[in-house]
Amino acid sequence: MKIAVCVKQVPDTWAEKTLQASDSTLDRDAADGVMNELDEYAVEEALQLAEAQGGEVTVVTMGPERAAETVRKALSMGADNGIHLVDASLHGSDALATSYALAETLKGRGFDLVIFGSESTDARMSVVPAMVAERLGLPQLTFAQKVEVVGDRVTIQRVSEAGYDTVEASLPALVSVVEKVNEPRYPSFKGIMAAKKKPVETLSIADAGLDAAKLGLSAAWSSVEDFAARPPKAAGTVVTDAGDGGAKIADYLSEHKFI
Amino acid sequence: MGEVLVLVEQSDGGVKKVTTELLTLARSLGEASAVWVGPGYSDAAAATLAEFGAGTVYVAGDAAYADHPVAPKAEVLAQLVAEKAPIAVLVASTADGKESAGRLAVKTNSGVITDAVAVSPDLIATQSVFGGSTVVHSKVTAGTPIISVRPNSIAPVAAPGAAARVDVAVDLSDAAKKATVTGRTVAAKGGRPDLAEASIVVSGGRGVGGPEGFGVIEALADSLKAAVGASRAATDAGWYPHQFQVGQTGKTVSPQLYIANGISGAIQHRAGMQTSKTIIVVNKDPEAPIFELADFGVVGDLFTVVFQLTEEIGKRAH
Ligand SMILES: Cc1cc2nc3c(=O)[nH]c(=O)nc-3n(C[C@H](O)[C@H](O)[C@H](O)COP(=O)(O)OP(=O)(O)OC[C@H]3O[C@@H](n4cnc5c(N)ncnc54)[C@H](O)[C@@H]3O)c2cc1C
Ligand SMILES: Cc1cc2nc3c(=O)[nH]c(=O)nc-3n(C[C@H](O)[C@H](O)[C@H](O)COP(=O)(O)OP(=O)(O)OC[C@H]3O[C@@H](n4cnc5c(N)ncnc54)[C@H](O)[C@@H]3O)c2cc1C
Repeated sequence: MKIAVCVKQVPDTWAEKTLQASDSTLDRDAADGVMNELDEYAVEEALQLAEAQGGEVTVVTMGPERAAETVRKALSMGADNGIHLVDASLHGSDALATSYALAETLKGRGFDLVIFGSESTDARMSVVPAMVAERLGLPQLTFAQKVEVVGDRVTIQRVSEAGYDTVEASLPALVSVVEKVNEPRYPSFKGIMAAKKKPVETLSIADAGLDAAKLGLSAAWSSVEDFAARPPKAAGTVVTDAGDGGAKIADYLSEHKFI
Repeated sequence: MGEVLVLVEQSDGGVKKVTTELLTLARSLGEASAVWVGPGYSDAAAATLAEFGAGTVYVAGDAAYADHPVAPKAEVLAQLVAEKAPIAVLVASTADGKESAGRLAVKTNSGVITDAVAVSPDLIATQSVFGGSTVVHSKVTAGTPIISVRPNSIAPVAAPGAAARVDVAVDLSDAAKKATVTGRTVAAKGGRPDLAEASIVVSGGRGVGGPEGFGVIEALADSLKAAVGASRAATDAGWYPHQFQVGQTGKTVSPQLYIANGISGAIQHRAGMQTSKTIIVVNKDPEAPIFELADFGVVGDLFTVVFQLTEEIGKRAH
């Protein structure tokens, strides 16, 4: 089975994230870049499927030069090879452009399964997997808390508000995972050493056959008008419980008409 | 005035509260029309849509539309966008809503904005990003603006509409039928409101100490008719089911009232609750960062404080 995993490099979630004044895009240099947390689960799921059934795992990212670290991380977890789409004209791409670039990069490579995280921690749109499925005409099996492949059928549990839906399709298919799906492994020392020798294809938009007019900030289908830091919240009242803490909260709640 | 399409969020044949919020917003932008996809359109649904001002309800009622996830909604909306040329399409910021929006954006070559908390009459969306620390105004610049709106962002206001039913039928593409829903499993819900939609959320964290400790949190929640939330420390430990996790990798909530008990206030937790209108904190550590968000906070043991609070609410309700 040939499996692709799409991973995004995002600012470390512990860092305060900011937009840059020059073009209203995320200031990616202000914080360390890490693999989007849910994408670690996507890599783990791909590795487990490949280990159980035999197969090859290719990690795919679109992002600036330093996103290569994120590809390496996936390789050190055990992925076999990588594709890094990097080009100055990709900067500022919106969801339409990102899904276009990823779909074109994935196309025609014979992947049986493409696995995504279900949401990035920076923009948090949760749309790219569905958009790539739409572009490639692949069955969409997203928000999976469980993934099973038997023969050429893939079955997932899609998390719903009420519980979960069971969703099935034939391969090739597209899956996105939530964090309940597995427990990602840490790269071993051996894995880290091995990753240094694994092949990574670095593609410019020309290499990938992409149309520059559909990419980057200038082509975006949406634009930021302005942005501002949220005004800090006025300090509230904090009291120490002296046996009446619960009653004090009840007073506050009735003053504010909650009870 | 142009037409604004609102994709209806359903539950058990009825209409979810977020749809009444979206209709209220749609009316401030143009003529509100609701779009119902799937079987089970009921009189109760029609009544709610009428109450909140839907002029037209497009009903794509074929049972087959519910057999496949997301794609049928996008295909019904795409056909309506082509036929009616609406000025905007609004969906709720739920998994289904956002994914329908994404697929629709590809189909109609339109820009998509997610997680708006407001939309102005000139279709500029306000997004609250990075866990609420930054406010962004953004606009779709190509195609039909497709905007997903976060639940609890707009106060629903009733205003009668005709809710005139117009049946629509769309031949699903082969691609839309490739994934099939073969079962639906409903987790025990216990009659509490939906976490993302609730106007009051009571949450517990590691300070709750174990699965039994959540009994105290649930009792408080029930006294306020609130939903229960949990920090990741609590869900990871298996003390409370994962679908109730609030935060960066859980649900984003924006209720009128959020009560955080035994939660320290890590940046990833704040990302999911920072925009709550009123925040109350109970924590035994006066240095816990969650107090920075508190409108009212009590430094103390949650077991005594929450117990007393629940009792007081019971007394005052009578
Ligand atoms: C604060 C903020 C708000 C934004 N708002 C909008 C908006 O409203 N509309 C809009 O069109 N764009 C917006 N953008 C741009 C958006 O970040 C990019 O378009 C992004 O590529 C897609 O959004 P996402 O990261 O939320 O993806 P999601 O859909 O949340 O990502 C899901 C999965 O897709 C995969 N994936 C995503 N990006 C990549 C990548 N570059 N390489 C490989 N795999 C990837 C990963 O597996 C990931 O887990 C915003 C950006 C920021 C920083
Ligand atoms: C990528 C990433 C994503 C994450 N996503 C999320 C997310 O979605 N949601 C989330 O919540 N976290 C998330 N986290 C985890 C987050 O960093 C914190 O670890 C987590 O929120 C801590 O949970 P907590 O506040 O319950 O526990 P702790 O930080 O351990 O806090 C427990 C608090 O309880 C108090 N306490 C203890 N006993 C009592 C008592 N008897 N009475 C009163 N107070 C008491 C303590 O003083 C302390 O402040 C994420 C982390 C990462 C790295």
